[in-house]
Amino acid sequence: MSKKRDEFEDILEERRLSSDLRYAMKCYTPVIYKGLSPCKPNAIKSAVLQSEQVQYVIKQLAKEMGESPDIIQEEATEILDEMGHSMQLGAVRFFAFTLSKIFKQLFQRVCVNEEGMQRLQHAIQEHPVVLLPSHRSYVDFLMLSYLLYTYDLALPVIAAGIDFLGMKIVGELLRRAGAFFMRRSFGGNRLYWAVFAEYVKTMLRSGYAPIEFFLEGTRSRTAKTLTPKFGLLSIVMEPFFKREVFDTYLVPISISYERILEESLYAYELLGVPKPKESTSGLLKARRILSDNFGTIHIYVGQPVSLRTLASGRINRCPYNLVPRHLPQKPSEDIQEFVSDVAYKMELLQIENMVLSPWVLVAAVLLQNLPAMDFELLIEKTLWLKGLTQTFGGFIEWPDNLCAKKAVVSGLTLHSNIARLVDGHVVLNDKGVEDGAVGEIVFKRALAILMCATYRNQLLNVFVRPSLVAVALQMTRSFRKEEVYSCFSFLRDVFSDEFIFFPGISLKDFEEGCFLLTKCDAIQTSQQEIYPTDKGSVIVSFLSTMFRPFVEGYQLIFRYLSKETKEVFTEKQFIPGVRNFVFQLLEKGNTQCYEALSSDMQKNALAALVQLGAVKKKKMSNGFTYNVNQEAVNKIMDMFDARIPVQKPVAARL
Amino acid sequence: MAAAAEEAAGSGGGSPSSARRRLRIISGHLRGSPRAPEREALSPNPCKAQGGSAGPASGSIPRKRQELLKWNGWGYNDSKFIFNKKGQAEFTGKRYRLGGMVLPTFKEWIEKTFGASLEHKTTSRASLNVNDVPPSIVNEEFLQDLRATKISYSQDAEDRVFRAHGHCLHEIFVLREGMFKRIPDIVVWPVCHEDVVKIVELACKHNLCIIPFGGGTSVSSALECPEEEKRTIVSLDTSQMNRILWIDEKNLTACVEAGIVGQDLEKQLAESGFCTGHEPDSMEFSSLGGWVATRASGMKKNIYGNIEDLVIHIKMVTPRGIVEKNCQVPRMSTGPDIHHFIMGSEGTLGVVTEVTIKIRPVPEYQKYGSVVFPNFERGVACLREVAKQRCAPASIRLVDNAQFQFGHALKPQVASIFTSFLDGLKKFYITKFKGFDPNILCVATLLFEGDREKVLQHEKQVYDIATKFGGLAAGEDNGQRGYMLTFVIAYLRDLGLDYYVIGESFETSVPWDRVLDLCRNVKERIVRECKEKGVQFAPLSTCRVTQTYDAGACVYFYFAFNYRGISDPIHVYEQIERAAREEILANGGSLSHHHGVGKLRKRWMKESISDVGLGMLRSVKEYVDPNNIFGNKNLL
Repeated sequence: MSKKRDEFEDILEERRLSSDLRYAMKCYTPVIYKGLSPCKPNAIKSAVLQSEQVQYVIKQLAKEMGESPDIIQEEATEILDEMGHSMQLGAVRFFAFTLSKIFKQLFQRVCVNEEGMQRLQHAIQEHPVVLLPSHRSYVDFLMLSYLLYTYDLALPVIAAGIDFLGMKIVGELLRRAGAFFMRRSFGGNRLYWAVFAEYVKTMLRSGYAPIEFFLEGTRSRTAKTLTPKFGLLSIVMEPFFKREVFDTYLVPISISYERILEESLYAYELLGVPKPKESTSGLLKARRILSDNFGTIHIYVGQPVSLRTLASGRINRCPYNLVPRHLPQKPSEDIQEFVSDVAYKMELLQIENMVLSPWVLVAAVLLQNLPAMDFELLIEKTLWLKGLTQTFGGFIEWPDNLCAKKAVVSGLTLHSNIARLVDGHVVLNDKGVEDGAVGEIVFKRALAILMCATYRNQLLNVFVRPSLVAVALQMTRSFRKEEVYSCFSFLRDVFSDEFIFFPGISLKDFEEGCFLLTKCDAIQTSQQEIYPTDKGSVIVSFLSTMFRPFVEGYQLIFRYLSKETKEVFTEKQFIPGVRNFVFQLLEKGNTQCYEALSSDMQKNALAALVQLGAVKKKKMSNGFTYNVNQEAVNKIMDMFDARIPVQKPVAARL
Repeated sequence: MAAAAEEAAGSGGGSPSSARRRLRIISGHLRGSPRAPEREALSPNPCKAQGGSAGPASGSIPRKRQELLKWNGWGYNDSKFIFNKKGQAEFTGKRYRLGGMVLPTFKEWIEKTFGASLEHKTTSRASLNVNDVPPSIVNEEFLQDLRATKISYSQDAEDRVFRAHGHCLHEIFVLREGMFKRIPDIVVWPVCHEDVVKIVELACKHNLCIIPFGGGTSVSSALECPEEEKRTIVSLDTSQMNRILWIDEKNLTACVEAGIVGQDLEKQLAESGFCTGHEPDSMEFSSLGGWVATRASGMKKNIYGNIEDLVIHIKMVTPRGIVEKNCQVPRMSTGPDIHHFIMGSEGTLGVVTEVTIKIRPVPEYQKYGSVVFPNFERGVACLREVAKQRCAPASIRLVDNAQFQFGHALKPQVASIFTSFLDGLKKFYITKFKGFDPNILCVATLLFEGDREKVLQHEKQVYDIATKFGGLAAGEDNGQRGYMLTFVIAYLRDLGLDYYVIGESFETSVPWDRVLDLCRNVKERIVRECKEKGVQFAPLSTCRVTQTYDAGACVYFYFAFNYRGISDPIHVYEQIERAAREEILANGGSLSHHHGVGKLRKRWMKESISDVGLGMLRSVKEYVDPNNIFGNKNLL
């Protein structure tokens, strides 16, 4: 399981030794795509406007709306001007300089696997490249550009949300550093879609620059990988489907932060304190964080994956041969399924190479031992968890073979805002818990727990398969493999938005979970049965406790949906409703599940019910409304509470 | 019957003027006196000689093919590439323009392109080992019946082996180093339609398998005998059915026996001042019946049309009887055209015996030309524009850079210092003055034909278009050499085989908007597959756009590699060819433009024409030939 992984190099080391200015002004002659005919950003824009694809849609819309094509063409030009990047070396150098300064201030080290960079260098020359980094922080945005500049590779163009444009100066600066901007939703706008898709594809086809975007669509507030968005991915895959390019490389990139810059902002946001609008003044105010220490960043550039290899034998070529390639064509079902599979595969690769710091282990142990934990025990448990994580294939970077105690202390120092050492015990840093109203105490506590959970969450996708087997073992109270599997499969369905599972391979996931548990001697399996070993019960109970917040959280949310809500509601009503409900229970001390306050969990639970068919989701003019089938919710709840056994996986899909 | 596999097979001289010159030379070399054309034109069509071998044999191809043609390679025995004592490449014989000439840069090209070396040589065995040949199994009753018809036949081992194959790489390889598992048991030479009727009747009576054989230039495994065939296999060689039965000058048609080969047809028509204008690159050896059976395409189709445009009437003998129409008209609306069941049937339904074909007066004037483009993209854009304006000359082809360099390597030693000086000047002008990169530029070759005045006008129109796409006129000579490449390529393969280089060509047709993508992707796929399969040296992977149509183009690929260090080169070769075909299909190209399907490309038929389409063809086969007498297993 433990794969051979590359070594890391600290790129800040060099920055600390030599002049940033000279670095920013260095002679930059990047490695580029072999088939590239260099062109200016504006040339791309005009190629897009004149493309058959965009012209076709313009003519169609003109005919349908009875407008002159010129007016629509004008509109397209505006869209393109709003969207397009205008990459300039000057801006890149500016960022190279300022980011060097800022990174050195914020981070101890920025570590990169150099072999990954070398592989990337080959890939960029050979075929168009799509960079797919994980997204945990705004820092991700320019991190890859910074990296590629450092290694003399072609700079990427980066898909960014349109909200950045609201920031004065910064938006334009980003644009010049290669960002292009997409509106958050444009499903219904055919012109926008056509222009956007063609813009991306034109850059890809010509090998103009690597294209970078975030599969997760947005920054994950929980540090757990978000389920992938498919829109942009299907756009960048299309030139290959249509054989406009020979191949396309997809490069999964895992960026992990020892301490996330936005950690407390995220926690507030999850608790319903709204996200501040992106603004330049906001950014300037945030500069006080410059005095803080955010530890190390690890960037692991994964093996480039050839789309051609992935597609081999899977794609029926007919649909693309029988329609002119410039006509907008809804992708066939196989294609959609393929795109989805690729998206999940890429995210799983990101997860596989995501570096886990010792602190992540500390957080996971600590959350199971609140309110306070003996320091020595914490060290012992952390070390134990390290072994288990490695058995499960987790990628732990233990700094310089530090002894366990030093590693834990160093983690505590870095994260002193979350936990601290008091009288030989480690406690959560929920200052002000003693005084103030009950509500305030609950809120502060929730804040600390959610922040801590952000770090534990980084373990979850590595642990989810064996852990769900453990949870299933406890829930079914049976050793019969078939029953445990049914329960596992049910849990996997319920948590399908919470964790990343490759679609449709429930049994394989189950077998992997069992295999890992067997590997760490936690269970023994026979043809028919699964049972925990004597020493395995510690592991099984640790694993199921690790996932208990999710099980309990979902139970609370289901309960709310089944009893406390109107039959029809909107998302805007749902989140505050369920939050209040949980909040009151916490105030009364009827539950300890603070994580159920997280809007992320609430949304995922609702999405799971929609997928299981217990809630109907309808698109209305002002957003979505939901319609609860209480009987169905009750049934799921009963299975979830283990009051009734889970039926066969198929039957469980109500 | 699958004899028309044109371009792969290659042809002599390639271009009409040189073709004619070539044919004149060839005719001088042939044994036997040409028939008097008057007699031919006047005679109705009674069966000519009764009683076999003494009779006809006035065509270019004798009954004993091996007396004139190589038994283990392409073309005439006396024509081949060799390295002379000085180590320079040379083409032997006097049949072709290149004959007797030294090619000074060729050796370097072959070494550079393939990493081949003259020191590493493989040799074919010198002659057929008759002991290896599978025995002829023919039932005595059939032989008695056959003798009674007086149709000439042979059970000789060589005669049978030389009709057991076409010119696919693996077939030639087997001839050089191995032996076919199954070959015909007997060869028959009908001399007229009635003879064919008798043979088919006998085959039905005795339940035999017939495989029609025309020129033997197939490149689709169409002539290979199915290994599992238990019945006696009769190879029906049409080569002795080679008369022009009549010429109708009022309607400009000629009725011709299907076994005539291209060069004889044109030569004999020329004596009356006519031509068909159908010039597949294999025209020296391929037969009229073969063209019909494979849906052949000719180099000058822009003026004369492909075989389906040329054919007015077909007579075919099938187990069910004779199929033909009641009149010889330019077009009729009588349900689906039955000719289209026959054209492309690849010998699975019967034997084409007589074809009425359109003829034209021999053109007054013809002229070669060439245009250099800065890159392939511009070249394709120009060809597309020419097609759009429907002003394509008789032939227009665009070769990519690799093929341009290939053509250059076949440049004979120049006769005078002056020419070499001129060449240098031209090169300087194009590369230094105009800034064309010699490793990127590509060349279009042109052939104009018709009235002198119109040709010159036409030429100007085409050059004007080319100028708009950055093209520079590059002279007649380059054009002519481009066409020469087409015929020598087949001879070159034999040379390559001697030095561990194997190669083949394949073709497709594709819509205009996909031409560039298809060319790039297929070439890249070949390079990649070679690498993956352990081919040590990068292969030659090159293409040309060889025909233009309103809606698309025909693209032709050459692919060759040095196989030293590979234990099973033919298998590796076939895997790569298959991958290349997959790539073509994925890029929206067709399974074949004119080589046909045979057995080589059968696996993709369903995907190409759908289940129902395949069923339609099958049901025709089942009605026409319920006992699978024509059991070559092609196509379906």
